[in-house]
Amino acid sequence: MIVRRAVDAVDERLDATSFIRHNLRKVFPDHWSFMLGELALYSFVLLLLTGTFLSLFFVASPTTTTYRGPYPPLQGQEVSLAYESVLRLSLEVRAGLVMRQTHHWAALVFVASVTAHLVRVFFTGAFRKPRELSWIIGVTLLVAGIGAGFTGYSLPDDLLSGTGLRIIYSAVLSIPFVGTWLAYLFFGGEFPAPEMLSRLFVAHILLIPALITALLAVHLALVWHQTHTQFRPEGTAEDTVTGTPVWPKFALKSVGLAFMTFAVLAGLGGLVQINPIWLYGPFVPYSAPSPAQPDFYAGWLEGILRLWPNWEFHVFGHTIGTLFLPAVVVPGIIFTALALWPFIEARATRDTAIHHDAQRPREQPVRSGVGAAGIAFFVVLMLAGSNDVLAKYLQVEVDTLNGVLKVLVFTVPVVIGAMTWWVCRDLRDRDVAPIARPARTEFRRNVAGGFDEEEEHDASARAEPAVAAHGDREEPS
Amino acid sequence: MKRSERIVALAFMVATASALALFVVYVRGGNPQAEGALLALALGGVGTGLLVWATRLMPRIHDETQPRKKAPSATESDREATVETVEAGVEEIRRRSFLSRLLLGAAGALGLAALIPIRSLGRSPGDSLLTTKWTAGARLVTADGTPVTSSTLEVDSFTTVFPEGFEGSADSQAVLIRVEPELLTLPPDRSAGAPDGLVAYSKICTHAGCPLGLYLAATHELRCPCHQSTFDVLDGARPVYGPAPKPLPQLLLEIGDDDNVRATGDFTGPVGPSFWEEA
Repeated sequence: MIVRRAVDAVDERLDATSFIRHNLRKVFPDHWSFMLGELALYSFVLLLLTGTFLSLFFVASPTTTTYRGPYPPLQGQEVSLAYESVLRLSLEVRAGLVMRQTHHWAALVFVASVTAHLVRVFFTGAFRKPRELSWIIGVTLLVAGIGAGFTGYSLPDDLLSGTGLRIIYSAVLSIPFVGTWLAYLFFGGEFPAPEMLSRLFVAHILLIPALITALLAVHLALVWHQTHTQFRPEGTAEDTVTGTPVWPKFALKSVGLAFMTFAVLAGLGGLVQINPIWLYGPFVPYSAPSPAQPDFYAGWLEGILRLWPNWEFHVFGHTIGTLFLPAVVVPGIIFTALALWPFIEARATRDTAIHHDAQRPREQPVRSGVGAAGIAFFVVLMLAGSNDVLAKYLQVEVDTLNGVLKVLVFTVPVVIGAMTWWVCRDLRDRDVAPIARPARTEFRRNVAGGFDEEEEHDASARAEPAVAAHGDREEPS
Repeated sequence: MKRSERIVALAFMVATASALALFVVYVRGGNPQAEGALLALALGGVGTGLLVWATRLMPRIHDETQPRKKAPSATESDREATVETVEAGVEEIRRRSFLSRLLLGAAGALGLAALIPIRSLGRSPGDSLLTTKWTAGARLVTADGTPVTSSTLEVDSFTTVFPEGFEGSADSQAVLIRVEPELLTLPPDRSAGAPDGLVAYSKICTHAGCPLGLYLAATHELRCPCHQSTFDVLDGARPVYGPAPKPLPQLLLEIGDDDNVRATGDFTGPVGPSFWEEA
């Protein structure tokens, strides 16, 4: 009865009944890997919820005060209002610590699931025409997610975050021509400028979340409008989609997944300590923690910094700062290449057709090889980002380890990429022409007393190569 | 009752009980671990219930195959008509070439005007990056303001120093180290600035700006905790390992008649990572 009245009311005003009916029955294909994007979406929802709570307690001010809270080791110490407010939220506000830790865990899971989602889309070719825009938005979301994470962990004004901020400031400073001006405009002046915290705060709770929300909306609208790619069931055509209707099954499953995501993150937030800023102490500009580790998604950036040679260029009486290449140019190239990959691949394979099928990684050995090499590259860089911790663990000198990593960062991706290419190509060819048992040969005694050889024609050994179920066979480009 | 149905029922009951228990925990003063665990159970109960319900109790809803497109694609002539519509509009605007150029000019000027609020966001760098608070005659003090005398440091020990009155200053932080004077191999114009083996350098790493926290007395090296840049204290803080491209600027010192260690001026160069305006 209520539903009837709602449908009537909407239809009379928006003339939307056929639209609603169509979309309630719209189907979404099912595969475990399609869950990764949803995981990112729901972690973001939780980030907004917990973040709103945190923002009501946080004070974005570097003004110092004497700590008089319940944490004994810091009592009587000069700390910033920002640091004090995070301590108060963590140690005095009821449920505050759970909210804060859940927020931090959700941020890590958000970036991790965006990355995993991107890897899935890459290896299945789901970025191909007509979905290039979704891909570019996805890469932008990853960058925005890293930015959100970085501005977020800089806010508590503890020793660890201050050090990270100092490095970013130095990276901006290194840009030719405009570096000093940019650094002063972003940070408000020479590091550590008093304006810094309030700017990071605005970026973290308004600018970046607004950008992410807008991009997510477009991303989801595009998926809805363009339909999801799928591993096509046999006997269906590429211009059809097979799956579960939105209402009620898919909706129930997706909401269920949302609750499971929230559950895991709340569990982590309550039970697994993260970013205990009271142990790091307040930020002081003349002190740095050691060993210092950023959140995982900044690990590879840190790795580039640790492996890059000590180059510095002097041109016409000016200096190009040493951080410019490793901290600005290289990440810029990496993200640009990633964003443009659909076009790079389309050009290399001369494939401008519309595709709706998700491919198996073996169907495009070259792409899969490139993808695997890329993952290997990031893994080595992440290891390099914790070279001091790793060296301690392996009981070798950091310098020795660094020398090894400088070689590995180039060789491991090549080896992994080549192996992946080779394995994929082999698997693909086996799909096309499966290995058969060897032909049986019969020897028969003939009337003359000798032997006749007769090969038994085995149907499976001689079968025409079947076209692979998931796409046409193509030579790797 | 089917087995799946029992699982769903149990999950929802666990969720309800946990959510109610959460209330009790909160009212009784709160406990992060209990809150997190109960919240996880409450949310997870709902999630599990919904997932089992959808996957096990909705078997009548089968997979369906639908066309990807609702409406037929645009034809060639549809596209042509769209192009013509856009071009006709552009032509209509460009026909008044004088006005359209003025419009472009106005838009450009507005863009320039938008730079003004951006300019307000930061001070002009000026020479602020080239100078610090150190002046000739400034006494060296530690972070708590204690003046440094010629006998404050033993050989092979170090401390962080600031110009008196600017304790904690970020760009003026310096590291003061005492070494055996005869080991020093400073350039001739700088060796006088290291009286009695007291040598001071900027504490800001020339790589990414981290404060140098580690002094390796055995090799007389300063090492950055962030990216392991290593500087030879004896040889003018020349970088000997790691990604730092240039030496740490030195702070030339003298020991006054009152036995206080004083600076004879600012650092020998701009502190911290290099930037464009630096020669």
